[in-house]
Amino acid sequence: MFNTIFLALAITLMYATPLCFTALGGVITQRAGVDNIGLEGMMAFGAFAAAAVAYFSENPWLGLLFGGLAGAALALIHAFVSISLKGDQTISGIAINFIGLGLAIFMTRLLFNGMASTDAVLNKIPKLFKTLGVKLENHPLLHALEIDLTVVLAFILVFVVHFVLYKTAFGLRLRACGEHPAAADTLGVSVVKIRYIAVLLSGLFAGLGGGAMTLAVISHFTPTVISGQGFIALAAVIFGNWKPIGAALACLLFGFAQALTVLLTSYTALPTQILATLPYVLTLLVLIFFVGRAVPPKANGQPYFKGEA
Amino acid sequence: MLKRFLKNSYSSIVLALLFGFVSGAIILAIAGYSPAEAYGIMFKTVLSKPKYIAQIIVNAAPIILTGLAVAFAYNTGLFNIGAEGQYVAGTIVAAMLGHYLPLPAVIHPIFILIVAFIAGGLLGALAAWLKNRFGIHEVISTIMLNWIIFYINNFLANHPKIKVPGSVHSPEIRPSASLLFVSKEFLRSDSGRELIKAKPVLGQIIRTPLSWGIPLAIVLGIVYWFILKKTRLGYTMRAVGLNKDAAEFSGIPVKKNVFSSMFFAGGAAGLAGAIVVLSYGLYISTLGAQEGYGWDGISVSLIARANPIACIFSGILFAFLRFGGQMIQSRIQAPTEIINIMIGSIVLAIAVSGLLPRLADYLERREKSNV
Repeated sequence: MFNTIFLALAITLMYATPLCFTALGGVITQRAGVDNIGLEGMMAFGAFAAAAVAYFSENPWLGLLFGGLAGAALALIHAFVSISLKGDQTISGIAINFIGLGLAIFMTRLLFNGMASTDAVLNKIPKLFKTLGVKLENHPLLHALEIDLTVVLAFILVFVVHFVLYKTAFGLRLRACGEHPAAADTLGVSVVKIRYIAVLLSGLFAGLGGGAMTLAVISHFTPTVISGQGFIALAAVIFGNWKPIGAALACLLFGFAQALTVLLTSYTALPTQILATLPYVLTLLVLIFFVGRAVPPKANGQPYFKGEA
Repeated sequence: MLKRFLKNSYSSIVLALLFGFVSGAIILAIAGYSPAEAYGIMFKTVLSKPKYIAQIIVNAAPIILTGLAVAFAYNTGLFNIGAEGQYVAGTIVAAMLGHYLPLPAVIHPIFILIVAFIAGGLLGALAAWLKNRFGIHEVISTIMLNWIIFYINNFLANHPKIKVPGSVHSPEIRPSASLLFVSKEFLRSDSGRELIKAKPVLGQIIRTPLSWGIPLAIVLGIVYWFILKKTRLGYTMRAVGLNKDAAEFSGIPVKKNVFSSMFFAGGAAGLAGAIVVLSYGLYISTLGAQEGYGWDGISVSLIARANPIACIFSGILFAFLRFGGQMIQSRIQAPTEIINIMIGSIVLAIAVSGLLPRLADYLERREKSNV
């Protein structure tokens, strides 16, 4: 019984982690006033870069780092189009999704003999208790609860982002850019600079989320490894009311839906395909019951023209 | 001269396409392929044979329709990312009714097309309802619905009572439901074989699955253009798209328009699914990944600037790009995903197309201040 509960908890955390990284990125960029529906593409590109670098270097941490950087590289395009060129942020996000997944598969084919998936990495992200040296043979319950270090990293980042957003001058400026950029500008805040940093961070986080997927949850990149998770992360941002801790809790809920899918498959006769719809159905239900109370950042999605408004 | 070029709405599309091809060339070159060779294959080989051109037109029909699904909603200020799921709903309807419903020819496909339109339309309308009633953004809700329909499709295609034993797909549709111009039976018959021998070019063309799907897509493009530009309903929808608050203030029922717009939008995508199954898909099978018709529809609509008639042409352009991408992969082994990168670049350029008129204004102002 406890074993099952712990197992459910571990699976929940496992699936929530990639979402959590990405949702944190979503919170940061939207709080700064730039919409980013390209998170899905950034996740996919990050997932590929992480898997490829980890495969060739045999170092999962180096892979994760490059996953983040790959996401940030795509984010730079989105930032340039959205902030400097003042383009349409939704359309740019769509473009990033095409380019991100396209580049990921394109490069996979070049590096892995025309295959659309990478080979499995030798070393995955290490597990928590194993790293701490706990002898799991003696603790069957801990064995069920064994988690990847990326889960721990995501947890820490939730609080770091919360701290930076609410307890530092930089966080205050960032939020000001999302609520009233003209006022922030008047006070000498460089809206352009802050928004660039926020969008780059969102790409970095989405890339880490992709890497967490390919290096911890599974062990290689496939074209479908990121299937809609960038968008689920965006839903988590809304459900979490654009707050880091709220978004993280929302991700846990979606992770739990995934865990249910996995566990119910082995415990019930319900068809897998119907169970697989759970996370998506749950996302909709959650939005139906909670979205009315959510208030988005006022200037989210609007380009800032200096000297107007 | 330059200013007039910048202000012309077509020039941004020309520049976007150019940007797409240049980006594709750069990526190909970095990856060690010759862009000239790749594009040469794309244009020369593809356009050299009538059967390739016929195939491109066949492939264009569903993306014209998913393009319409995005474009129609876009005119009401809605971003319909759900064309993918609405398309799948259409394929499910067509595969099920096409196999299980015994109806005479002609009536059979027409009935299926109507039901598929309604099925896709209702799925679109569901997203509209979620927006109207609960304020859920249609981008999020339609993506979730896409995945839900995706798994329902897999559930049905795998259902023991439905699937063909030993396969991962449903049984084929009845011949009475087919939309093909030339039936397969005719091609296999003696007179069919004789015709193919006597007229090789025509023979090549009729062996591709050309069907009523193509005229249907073109007619729907014109009808949707007419609805949007020439009817009261279209006028109110566009008013909602331009300024929701102003529309509300002048007595236009915003929610009702959102609902009908998404119904028409989803219907077009539902039709796309039905014509694929009734022309050459023949059944639904277990999907490993989303098929991408909805995403292509987004690009088709963006390039067409949400004009339904322009969707017809950008749909054909897209089918050409995709087909060319497959040719490039089979001839010089350059990954076909280069086309996705090109499409992404084109869309990216469209995101900044608002820049051109601003640039023109800037040049104008600078000229005036210099005088």
